[in-house]
Amino acid sequence: MNEIPLTHILFLSTALFFIGMYGLFTRRNLITMLMSIELMLNSVNINFVAFNKYLFPDKLDGLFFSLFIITIAAAEAAVAIAIIINLYRSHQSIDVDDATEMKF
Amino acid sequence: MNTSAIIFYAIATLILGSALLAVTSLKIFRSAIWLLFSLVGIAALYFWMQVEFIAAIQIVVYVGGIVVLIIFSIFLTQQSGNKMAKPATPKIIFSALAALLGTAFTYNLINHYGFNTVSAQPFNSSVSEIGTQMLSTTSYGFILPFEVVSMLLLAAMVGCIVIAMKPTAASIVHLNKKED
Repeated sequence: MNEIPLTHILFLSTALFFIGMYGLFTRRNLITMLMSIELMLNSVNINFVAFNKYLFPDKLDGLFFSLFIITIAAAEAAVAIAIIINLYRSHQSIDVDDATEMKF
Repeated sequence: MNTSAIIFYAIATLILGSALLAVTSLKIFRSAIWLLFSLVGIAALYFWMQVEFIAAIQIVVYVGGIVVLIIFSIFLTQQSGNKMAKPATPKIIFSALAALLGTAFTYNLINHYGFNTVSAQPFNSSVSEIGTQMLSTTSYGFILPFEVVSMLLLAAMVGCIVIAMKPTAASIVHLNKKED
């Protein structure tokens, strides 16, 4: 267990975060952008749990933070999908390039 | 290299490989399935770190909830077999460049920061420990965020219903009367 240093887990979560960022930059479809955001949130959760386990094993604060992040991510995904379905109803498309009414 | 290290690198490959496919696949349904594999891999990583409760929550909420919600919304909003348009090449190049530079910068930062690991104490993350601390009202308890997050979930639920509700004929007539 202790053969893997903390830095390797941090490298994994860094790579996952920037993969999510790449997806957010290149995708134009709202549902796939939401998926990229989920990946980024998950990489943050990995960081919290790893720091808690390796640096502060006598506390549980990291676990609580990741539990609350998971809860808020679920609420966020539900609201985002309700908005996407409403947008599809009015525009017949969920592409961000087609929803430009509020663009200045 | 022992078994635990091999398992860690296998899980890391699974997570990163399926995440890459999830953000690059041109078919949206396949993209959702690759995201599912990536989230299962993250749950496996939590099992490997011996935080079983978080792993169980990850599977229940993400794999069982969010991905299913995403797949439902794909079915509701578009033809799942259609290919999406490929993003423009300059955009791909600059996004990949930004992501690679960010990764390299953070890699460098992590590599040069010496973490002083204290692995003397045992890490106790049993469910009873988590539950006791979650509902305790002392200064290190988490009862207040627990209650606040329950209000947030209620608000999100009501908000989703209101946003996604089809406007009824009566409310449209009412709105038209207001405009007149």
